[in-house]
Amino acid sequence: MLPMLHTPSRHRESGLGVRIEGVRRQFDNGVVALDGIDLDVASGEFLAILGPSGCGKSTLLRLIAGLDKPQGGNVFTMEASHGKADRHGLGTRADIAYVFQDAHLLPWRNVLTNVALPLELMGIGKKVREESAQRAIEQVGLGDAADRYPNQLSGGMRMRASLARAMVTEPRLLLMDEPFAALDEITRQRLDDQLRALWAALNMTVIFVTHSTIEAAFLAQRAIVLSSRPARIVEDYVLNLPAERTGSIRSTPAFARETRVLYQALERNEV
Amino acid sequence: MKHRPTTFLATVLPPAMALIFVLAGVEAWARWSHQPAYLVPRPSAILLALGPGGTGLWNALLWTAVASLAGFAASTIFGIFAAVLLAGSKWVRRAVYPYTLFFQTVPIVAIAPLLVFWMGVGIVPVATCAFVVSVFPVIANTLSGLVSTEPALVDLFRLYGASRFAALWKLRLPAALPNIFIGLRIAAGLAVIGAVVAEFLVGTLGEHEGLGVRIVENTKYAYPDRVFAAVLLASFLGLAMFTVINIIAFLSLRRWHASQ
Repeated sequence: MLPMLHTPSRHRESGLGVRIEGVRRQFDNGVVALDGIDLDVASGEFLAILGPSGCGKSTLLRLIAGLDKPQGGNVFTMEASHGKADRHGLGTRADIAYVFQDAHLLPWRNVLTNVALPLELMGIGKKVREESAQRAIEQVGLGDAADRYPNQLSGGMRMRASLARAMVTEPRLLLMDEPFAALDEITRQRLDDQLRALWAALNMTVIFVTHSTIEAAFLAQRAIVLSSRPARIVEDYVLNLPAERTGSIRSTPAFARETRVLYQALERNEV
Repeated sequence: MKHRPTTFLATVLPPAMALIFVLAGVEAWARWSHQPAYLVPRPSAILLALGPGGTGLWNALLWTAVASLAGFAASTIFGIFAAVLLAGSKWVRRAVYPYTLFFQTVPIVAIAPLLVFWMGVGIVPVATCAFVVSVFPVIANTLSGLVSTEPALVDLFRLYGASRFAALWKLRLPAALPNIFIGLRIAAGLAVIGAVVAEFLVGTLGEHEGLGVRIVENTKYAYPDRVFAAVLLASFLGLAMFTVINIIAFLSLRRWHASQ
């Protein structure tokens, strides 16, 4: 199955859907992070998750990635073509990529070998993985920085490298946990533009956690709003914006209206 | 990078001047007040003791160096290995860790007589003492590096199905390198101390007589100049080991770690 990942036909495969049924997660210290979450994410969908900080957005993302286990309920990833549900641990891991709040690159590796790391861990040969890594690096516009080390890069470039590392396995489900929150406004908007272009070009599902209603409205087709702990879904909203979006959409009245809807939903549930 | 680096001369000249000034002062005071040479060694005599003239100090340095390096090498290998084992299992760590902390507070050189009693004379008890004295800082520092790997990176390795070995070799150990070097720097100085203390006890019966043996002997026969010369050589040994570790640390960390 692994070599298939790197054939060009790969992206004609559809994105991975997600089904979450009555998920509950309680931490060892007794805090209930999530309780009774039901959520369906369609194949190829771009979903934004909004919510007050500390409400359990990251926990939800970790459960979807299979990095954490729920105490109750189920998390499935779905093959859209045959509607077949697949529990975690059945060899679908390489289909899922995760981008953290900080770039989290290995500081002792240059950009190329950092980006090639997922393929290296999956046991893919050096030549193939470095070619794939080079492609992913160019995809995020970091082409001439491939041999630089993380401490020689700006915050925005580090985040691009982190994005390239996630894209290198050509994931069918991309999970992003407030990835651009620490960047300045201009860099953040550029990366948002780039991410949207990547999503439009490659057939993947994206679940994007953010606390910015503007970012959510620009990127996503659909946004859910979580309440504070224990998190419940208090709003599930399909954004009423054109499918083709460029940076200039941010200054349209329609965009302002959609942002306000999300903002009000967030505000209603702020404690 | 913005300010000009201070020149070599500006770095070396002031401490060299200070040293010459102090040594000349001691020399002059010892001569003019007719201090007996068996009590107060003249700096000039200490320097002469390091020259040719059958004091055997350089030969002694060789044996102390061999024992210290052997003990230090054993500490490096065993210390890192032990820390990897401790980091690998939470239960083993919980069982053993309090004792590694306890051992850091024990003046371990105090068991040197016992080592000599067990192993007899020769270089083996000396190297063993260097090892025993220097191993705990290596274990403790390596362990603290191994268990403080960033959780997000651990998640990343799990996400791509990395084996425990891959996570250790490609993530935990490289991330712990700065801590490992801290442990090795401490261990280098301790290994020399451990060796010299063991040599005090081995006495003149051994065939490979190190600096510790010479220090005891020359104290007994009232050659303080030779004692000071031996202490000087032992310091240089520790300094040389420390410098080599610093060079290796610089070469392996310069690209990515803030300490370099």
